[in-house]
Amino acid sequence: MANENASLLLWLADDALILGQRLSEWCGHAAVLEEDIALSNVALDLIGQARALLTLAGQEENQERDEDQLAYFRTDRDYRNLLLLELPNGDFGDTIARQFLFDQFSMLRYEALAKQTANPEVAAIASKAIKEVRYHAAHSAKWIIRLGDGTDESKSRIQKSIDKLWEYTGEFFMDYGCAQAWTDQGVLPSLQSFEQPWLDGVSAILREATLDIPESKWMQKGGRTGYHTEHLSYLLAEMQVLPRTYPNAKW
Amino acid sequence: MSRKHGDWPLWEVFIRSRQGLSHKHVGSLHAADEVMALENARDVYTRRQEGLSIWVVPAEAITASSPSEKDVMFDPANDKVYRHPTFYELPDEIKNM
Repeated sequence: MANENASLLLWLADDALILGQRLSEWCGHAAVLEEDIALSNVALDLIGQARALLTLAGQEENQERDEDQLAYFRTDRDYRNLLLLELPNGDFGDTIARQFLFDQFSMLRYEALAKQTANPEVAAIASKAIKEVRYHAAHSAKWIIRLGDGTDESKSRIQKSIDKLWEYTGEFFMDYGCAQAWTDQGVLPSLQSFEQPWLDGVSAILREATLDIPESKWMQKGGRTGYHTEHLSYLLAEMQVLPRTYPNAKW
Repeated sequence: MSRKHGDWPLWEVFIRSRQGLSHKHVGSLHAADEVMALENARDVYTRRQEGLSIWVVPAEAITASSPSEKDVMFDPANDKVYRHPTFYELPDEIKNM
């Protein structure tokens, strides 16, 4: 039971950590200073969530691993994040599309986790995170609307980004592995039950943005069982190189 | 005029801090519309809990006095000391004034 909790905490923690790391690559590179800071803020929020979740996962796991051990000394096969979140940033449209698709899901998931009382520690982290994620979701949704309902070029490019990433959204709702444990404990409803509310929310925003909702098609999966794209290894190499080269290094 | 921000207009940002009673000008930023201006102001100027309330105003809506008119505008007040309440004796009981 404890280990199932630890595994499920890693789903949440790795989602936040990997997306936070990816987003931080925009720091100093975004097209305008204001958006540069906005994306970095989101990245920092996510890394903050990851820290709390990894710490709790380490305690549940009970193998004396702290947040740093879990972040820096696991290999790609031990990571449990969604494939969508490890994909390279692409252009600004790709980054915003990824953020939008994930934020809409993350919001539903944290809302459910904040409401439940079966696991108060998870509820406490979720209550803090939900305020951040609601802001992220508002930010990415407004960009989707601006780009979709913008110029011909912005519209065609953001539509292309949405279409390209759509096949990575099916993994949000797959209840495989240990997901059932949290459903049984009353911590989180089955992930499949989030699919319709997510699709409703996403569709409403896409319609407002005058964008097409992609047809459901074959969906990618693998992140929750440690089968990742090649991109994750490169991300981890960059993220982990310092602590692996100089273990116990201090500022 | 070279514009790095495409056609994004300039906005002036005013923040009311935790203790402050009034909004104070803190800087400016570029944004496409007022919603984006407010979001950007939140991200750029309130990251360290500086504020409880934000105003954004299109910079072009502000009418400013001209530096070249400084003498005409402000010098006449220089020699009118009687406009300052410096001739009153404050009672000792009043500590803060």
